[in-house]
Amino acid sequence: MNRHSILRVVAKLMIPYILLFALYVQFHGDFGPGGGFQAGVIFAAAFILYALIFGIENGRKVMPARVNRILLAGGVLLYCFVGLAGIFLGSEFLDYNVLGPTPVAGQHYGILLVELGVGLTVSSTMIAIFYVFAGQDI
Amino acid sequence: MIAANLPILHVIIPLIGAPLGLMFRRSPAGAWLLALIISWVTLADSLALLLIVSGGEAVSYEIGNWAAPWGIEYRVDMLAAYVIVIVSGIGAVTMLYARQSVEAEIPRDRIYLFYTMYLLTLSGLLGIATTGDTFNLFVFLEISSLSTYVMVSLGAERRALTAAFRYLVLGTVGATFYVIGVGLMYQMTGTLNMADLVDRLPEVAETRTILAAVAFLTVGIGLKLGLFPVHVWLPNAYTYAPSVVTAFLAATATKVAVYVLVRIYYTLFKGGVFETLPVDEILLALSIVAIIAMSAVAIFQTNVKRLLAYSSVAQIGYMLIGISLVTITGLTAGILHLFNHALMKGALFLALGCVFFRIRSVNVDDMAGLAKVMPWTMAAFVTGGLSLIGIPLTVGFVSKWYLILASLEKEWWLLAAAILFSSLLAVIYMWRVIEVAYFRERPAGAAAIGEAPLAMLVPMWMLVGANVYFGIDTDLTVGTARAAAELLMGG
Repeated sequence: MNRHSILRVVAKLMIPYILLFALYVQFHGDFGPGGGFQAGVIFAAAFILYALIFGIENGRKVMPARVNRILLAGGVLLYCFVGLAGIFLGSEFLDYNVLGPTPVAGQHYGILLVELGVGLTVSSTMIAIFYVFAGQDI
Repeated sequence: MIAANLPILHVIIPLIGAPLGLMFRRSPAGAWLLALIISWVTLADSLALLLIVSGGEAVSYEIGNWAAPWGIEYRVDMLAAYVIVIVSGIGAVTMLYARQSVEAEIPRDRIYLFYTMYLLTLSGLLGIATTGDTFNLFVFLEISSLSTYVMVSLGAERRALTAAFRYLVLGTVGATFYVIGVGLMYQMTGTLNMADLVDRLPEVAETRTILAAVAFLTVGIGLKLGLFPVHVWLPNAYTYAPSVVTAFLAATATKVAVYVLVRIYYTLFKGGVFETLPVDEILLALSIVAIIAMSAVAIFQTNVKRLLAYSSVAQIGYMLIGISLVTITGLTAGILHLFNHALMKGALFLALGCVFFRIRSVNVDDMAGLAKVMPWTMAAFVTGGLSLIGIPLTVGFVSKWYLILASLEKEWWLLAAAILFSSLLAVIYMWRVIEVAYFRERPAGAAAIGEAPLAMLVPMWMLVGANVYFGIDTDLTVGTARAAAELLMGG
């Protein structure tokens, strides 16, 4: 199992930084370029790199298909429920103004949660597609 | 709280239901129950919407409280509410019917995926009819189309996969053409909001960019609705999809695409498009070919599902004829046929679903003598068939009556003759099936089968009953269609 040692060492070094960068793109998305979609793709790329280098079996231990499916649906649900929260707080669907004490804070919470939903769904969709191509069940 | 949010609830409730459906991986019955409840809640919301807008005032809804040209606006007027009721009504009835049919046709471990995809399609189709934003419409078009491809591919035969793939390729071309058209309009007007486009399009209507946009929009939506020469995806997709999927799609998806076409021509361009480009004449010519050629092709089919699929292409021709006449009566007939065709094709495909449930085939020859063992199913098929032909006391008659009235109004005798001739062809292809089912003996040694289960018969007969009811009491359908047509022509 000592083949590809350069790949393994480099991947081990890279993966934490890719994940960190994904989180940066995710949570800095409301100030600069980025957002849930890009972050989700970067996050999934780190995972796919791990599964390619260390084997799909190890990949499935990190992210079981079941958990992945829950995250996939959970992201969409998070998005929808943020939208519904606007309705329940007496305004329109996806109105962030009413989510916080002030409209500015509300917009902040709203976009953060919605983008988190997008990020979750995008990354788990990428991983699900990878599983299907790797011949595994979703 | 609920009243103010009615224009969006029918879109987001199925959208929330879809990811929830993934929870029912091991419990097909649970997934079915979820889809059933959501479909009926959606129908209730749709009926409430129709009630609200029937006064003539459109309802507008600003998503996220962003004012209209900047934010996405949902706008429900008479026509939109009418299409929304068609889609959610057919959805509610097919879900009532679906449980046993789906269990018989889709592998158990994939049933939850079917219901998830159905809910996504429902959300997408309702979204298309609701939104007042041309780009948002594209998004919903993609939501409904992508989930439709998956539903078609769930068919039992492997050919369902190629049918779904072909549908995917052509459907994607259609959606891309639509978005190119929207892009070209955006380039000239700087807006995506429909109400805003209405104000800004007249200034630039003569430019080559807008002419190209109209061409792209027509071809793109034409692909989606099964316009005659670009309908090639339709027969296979309808034939190999599971029965419930075929019934739902035949009654809703193409109708919604026709609605989009009406929106583009009559709302966005206010009918002015017919002066700059002869799209009405092109559509009329293609539709006349469709109603005759496709009915003729239907006569030679041995698979009854495929027969009805070709008949659907012909029936879409009737709707487009009504729309391309550019008169109030013509438009009324076209809009009316949206609803009426949904009823008859829904009933016919549900009847075929019952047939397939019992004899595992929908070939004409295998249906020999079936009327003796499945009297209720075949009676439903006959009633649906009569409606398709246009016999009085059925909805089909009402549509054709108004269509012929509209062509006589223009004194286009040949068009009226073509419509009558196409109805005669419909008599032939329906008769082939009815003759085999009623006047041939069941082959010796055929498996002893009984009538389809009550849970499938009742929803099917609800649609058959609607075929007759709305064929006699036309106040609601014709009244709504005429009011919508008057708003479109006068607005």
